[in-house]
Amino acid sequence: MALTGLFLCLFLVGHLLGNLQLFVGGEEGRVAFNNYAQFMTTNPLVKVLSYLTYAGVLFHIVDGFVLTIQNRKARPVKYVVEKGNLNSSWASRNMAVLGTILLVFLVSHMQSFWYVMHFGEIEIIDGVKDLHSVTMDFFNPAINNLAAVMTGLYVFAMLSMSFHLNHGFQSAFQTMGVNHPKYTPVINFVGKAFSILIPAGFASLPIYLFIIQS
Amino acid sequence: MNITLKVWRQKGPNQVGAMETHKMTEVSGDMSFLEMMDVLNGNLIREGKEPFAFDHDCREGICGSCSMFINGEAHGPGRNVTTCQLHMRSFKDGETIHVEPWRSAAFPVIKDLSVDRSSFDRIIQAGGYVSVNTSGETIDANAIPIPKHDADQAFDAATCIGCGACVATCKNSSAMLFVSAKVSQLSLLPQGKPESKQRVIRMVDQMDLEGFGNCTNTGACEVECPKGISITNIARMNRAFLSSNLTSK
Repeated sequence: MALTGLFLCLFLVGHLLGNLQLFVGGEEGRVAFNNYAQFMTTNPLVKVLSYLTYAGVLFHIVDGFVLTIQNRKARPVKYVVEKGNLNSSWASRNMAVLGTILLVFLVSHMQSFWYVMHFGEIEIIDGVKDLHSVTMDFFNPAINNLAAVMTGLYVFAMLSMSFHLNHGFQSAFQTMGVNHPKYTPVINFVGKAFSILIPAGFASLPIYLFIIQS
Repeated sequence: MNITLKVWRQKGPNQVGAMETHKMTEVSGDMSFLEMMDVLNGNLIREGKEPFAFDHDCREGICGSCSMFINGEAHGPGRNVTTCQLHMRSFKDGETIHVEPWRSAAFPVIKDLSVDRSSFDRIIQAGGYVSVNTSGETIDANAIPIPKHDADQAFDAATCIGCGACVATCKNSSAMLFVSAKVSQLSLLPQGKPESKQRVIRMVDQMDLEGFGNCTNTGACEVECPKGISITNIARMNRAFLSSNLTSK
């Protein structure tokens, strides 16, 4: 969980940096974003990275399921009264639930953009697929009836990711044996910052696109 | 003070248990939780009923026998205490108190509140020892210089009394805090170094065999541990397990 989790954190950084181009408006923004999308789907080095990411996601999911099943088996009779809130954070006790929410989001998200980019019908402008318009239209209430719902769901998914990362980031280091009086406070601080800034960055995009188009 | 007790009643292993309600009157706040349970059992015996089976021994917080899950927490409310060190003044007059056994596949219930913790013994037998010659010419322990910091860390780990509160508290029934404390107390000292690689692998393998769950780093164990064992021990064991597996032949 730790290795794949941290690897996926790197993916999040890359994905967010690319997506932030959506804040650039007008024709300039469209061309820049579409060229970026073209590069991300055709460059051989990026392709290798993307296959590694698919593998990482799959392993993280399968490993998560296997461990959850093992952990449930380890306590066949549940407590009548159990007060986990007195000794641990909510996020740390609900990683599987949060992860499942993220899995549902991932499937929906890939269907909306990844599938359209790779296999769907998409307009080609100057020899480049116009993913920018697909994205803009997805969060445009005049074109997509569900734009408001989708914006809400995206923000909810990012909130779930925030809690998932809040525990997951520092937990990954503990699993790999990194616990040190000097470095652990730094890791915890970076983890907290990461778990707030990255999801907030992602969530700002649908909110921004929805507002400027409604 | 008056309290209502809801105590787990289970006739034996593999039997279905249930909570049983008992009213207690004139409970002194100065009683320990176990003394209160003694009074309850005394009442039950006088009424011709079966008393509750529960584990206890030293009643001063060092043996690790007492093992009740009280009001949703291992050893009840309060930090760094075992059940025998928990006093009734920690509860409110009129309160309902739930008393359950440790619940884990690796700690099967023997009867009522008493569970079989011999899985811990088997983990110790797998590697929780130092092979030294004890016949006659034993070297004085103080003859080997040990940095104070290492000795302190080893001692902190060695304060683990093997009560199983970490397993009982962990939402996954993981025994990582116990095993990591037992690995650390030996591996931090020069006497424990020669066997450190095989020790960590054998003890972790035995832990997995016993059916404990996996550590997800919730940190609940170190909060509920009556001896305040830190999860830095778990990180140390993870480190040792990884490097031992990578370098062992």
